[in-house]
Amino acid sequence: MTNSPVISAKKLSLTFPANDGPVHALSEVDLDINEGEFVSFIGPSGCGKTTFLRVVADLETPTGGEITVNGKTPHEARMNRDYGYVFQAPALLPWRTVERNVALPLEIMGMGKAERAEHIRRTLELVNLSGFEKSFPWQLSGGMQQRASIARALAFDADLLLMDEPFGALDEIVRDHLNEQLLKLWLETKKTIAFVTHSIPEAVYLSTRIVVMSPRPGRVIDVIESTLPDERPLDIRETKEFFDIAHRVREGLKAGHSYEE
Amino acid sequence: MFERMMNSKLMQGKALPVLIIVGAILAFWYVMAVQLNAPWQLGVYERAGVTEWTNSQFISDTLNQDRPVLPSVHQVAAEIWNTTVLKSPTSRRSLIYHTWITLSATLLGFTIGSILGIALAIGIVHSRAMDKSMMPWIIASQTIPILAIAPMIIVVLNAIGISGVLPKALISTYLSFFPVAVGMVKGFRSPEQIQLDLMHTYAASKTQVFMKLRWFAAMPYLFTSMKIAISISLVGAIVGELPTGAVAGLGARLLSGSYYGQTVQIWSALIMAAALAATLVSLVGIAEKIVTRKMGVRT
Ligand SMILES: Nc1ncnc2c1ncn2[C@@H]1O[C@H](COP(=O)(O)OP(=O)(O)OP(=O)(O)O)[C@@H](O)[C@H]1O
Ligand SMILES: [Mg+2]
Repeated sequence: MTNSPVISAKKLSLTFPANDGPVHALSEVDLDINEGEFVSFIGPSGCGKTTFLRVVADLETPTGGEITVNGKTPHEARMNRDYGYVFQAPALLPWRTVERNVALPLEIMGMGKAERAEHIRRTLELVNLSGFEKSFPWQLSGGMQQRASIARALAFDADLLLMDEPFGALDEIVRDHLNEQLLKLWLETKKTIAFVTHSIPEAVYLSTRIVVMSPRPGRVIDVIESTLPDERPLDIRETKEFFDIAHRVREGLKAGHSYEE
Repeated sequence: MFERMMNSKLMQGKALPVLIIVGAILAFWYVMAVQLNAPWQLGVYERAGVTEWTNSQFISDTLNQDRPVLPSVHQVAAEIWNTTVLKSPTSRRSLIYHTWITLSATLLGFTIGSILGIALAIGIVHSRAMDKSMMPWIIASQTIPILAIAPMIIVVLNAIGISGVLPKALISTYLSFFPVAVGMVKGFRSPEQIQLDLMHTYAASKTQVFMKLRWFAAMPYLFTSMKIAISISLVGAIVGELPTGAVAGLGARLLSGSYYGQTVQIWSALIMAAALAATLVSLVGIAEKIVTRKMGVRT
C-alpha cells in the first residue's frame, strides 16, 4: 500500500460534449503521483489542469481510461474523505466566521465539538490565522481568505491535498509569502499535494515534480523531476539550478505551443 | 428615542421630502373632498332655502357632512380616535377589536402559508418529479381570482363545521404560500456552483447541503417573499370577511359601512388596514435586520 501511488491515471480521457464539436479536455493522460510528492500542473489555459483535479476529486466523470485515488475509485475516495480540495476562489460561506468555515467539513463529518475546536485551533495556526477566528470573510484580505480556505481543506487531516490555482488571484508579494508557508506546511505534514498553477517560478519553487500540459487535446507533454532539495529558502530562486529547471519548463511549454500551430 | 430618530432622519435630509409629499397628499385630499361633496351640499342648501353663503362657510360645510362622498381627513382622524382610544378594545364598536379579528386571521394564514410555501420549495428543489408536476399547479392556483373562490371556501368549510378564524386564514394561506414557494425555490437554488462542489467534496448528504448551505443562501429571498406574503395575507383575511357578511373584522367594517353609507367608517377601516399592512411589513423588515446581522452580513 505504501508503495502504490496515491493517484494513478492510465490513458485517462475526458471529452466534454459541446455545441461546436466535442472538447477533448483530457486525452490519454498517464500519470502516477506518489505519497509525499508535491506535483505541480502547468500549461496554457484550457489544457485540462482543472479537469484533471476535478476527476481526481470525483467532480467530473472520465470518459475513458482509468484512475485510482489511494487505490480506490474517485467516488470511494471522496466518500472516504481522502482529499482536501482548495478551489481557485476561497468559496467561504459569507455567513460563517473563519472558525465556523473551517468547522464546516468537520461538522459534516460528524466530529464532536471539543475535537472540532482542537482541529480548528491547530489548522488556523498552521496557516497563520490565529486571532481571526471570529472574523467574517468580508473582513479579511484576499490572501487571508485563501488561507482560511486552505485551513478548511487541511482541517480534517486528509493526506492528499488538491489545489487549483489557489494563489492565482493574489499579488506577488502575498503569493511569495504563501508559497513559503505552503512549502513549510508540506514539509511538516508530509502530505501529497497536486497543485495547479500558471506561474513557472511558483511551480519550480514548490514542486518535486512538474507536469507540463498542452491544450486541444489536453495532454501531458513533459514531466520534470526537480533537483532542488526539500528545504527551500525563498532565495533559492536566484540559483542556477532553479533557472535550469525553469528553463526546461519553459521549453516544454513552447514545444506544446508549436505543436498547436 | 423618537426624537433621536427624527433628528437622524432630518440629518439625512429624508424628513423634508417625506413631509412635503404627505402635505401634498393631504392638500389634494381636501381639494377632492370639497369638489366631490359640493353637489350634495348645494342640494342641502336648496332644500333648506339657503341662498346666500360665503366660500369659507361652503367649504367648511362640505368637509363636515354626515355621509360625505369623500370624508375629509379630520373626520376620518376623529372617527379613528373615537373608535380606538375612546372605546374599550373588547367592544364591538372598537376598531382595535375589529383589527385584532382580522390580524389574527392574517397571522395564522401567513404562518401556514409560509410553512406551506417553504415545504413546497424544499420538495421542488430536491425532486425533479415535484418540480415538473407541482410548479404548473402552483402557478395556475394564482390565476383564479380570490374573490371568486373566497365565498366557496368559507361556505364549504362552514358546511363541514369549520368556522371562525380558520376559513379566513385559509384564504390568506391560499394567497401567501405562492410568493414564499416561488421565492424559496429561487433561494434554495441560489448557492453558487463552487459552493455546491465544495459540499460535494465533503461527501455531504442532501440534508446537510440543505441545512448548511441552501437554507442560509435563501435567507434574503425568504424575507423578500415574506414581506409580500404578509401583506397579501391581510388582503386575504379582509376578502374572507366580505362575502359572508361577517360581523367582525376590518372587512366587516368595510361591508357594513357600505350598507349604511357610512363613508367615514369605510375610510377609517381602510386607513387602519393600510397602517396594519405597513406595520406588518416593517416587522418582517426588522426580523430581517436581526437575522442579517446575526449572519454577519456586511452592513
Ligand atoms: N463543464 C464543461 N463543459 C464543457 N467544456 C468544459 C467544461 N469544463 C471544462 N471544459 C473545457 O475543457 C477544457 C479544459 O478545461 P480546464 O478547466 O480543465 O482547463 P484549465 O487547464 O484548468 O484552464 P485554466 O488555466 O484556464 O484554468 C477547456 O477547453 C474547457 O473549455
Ligand atoms: Mg483551471
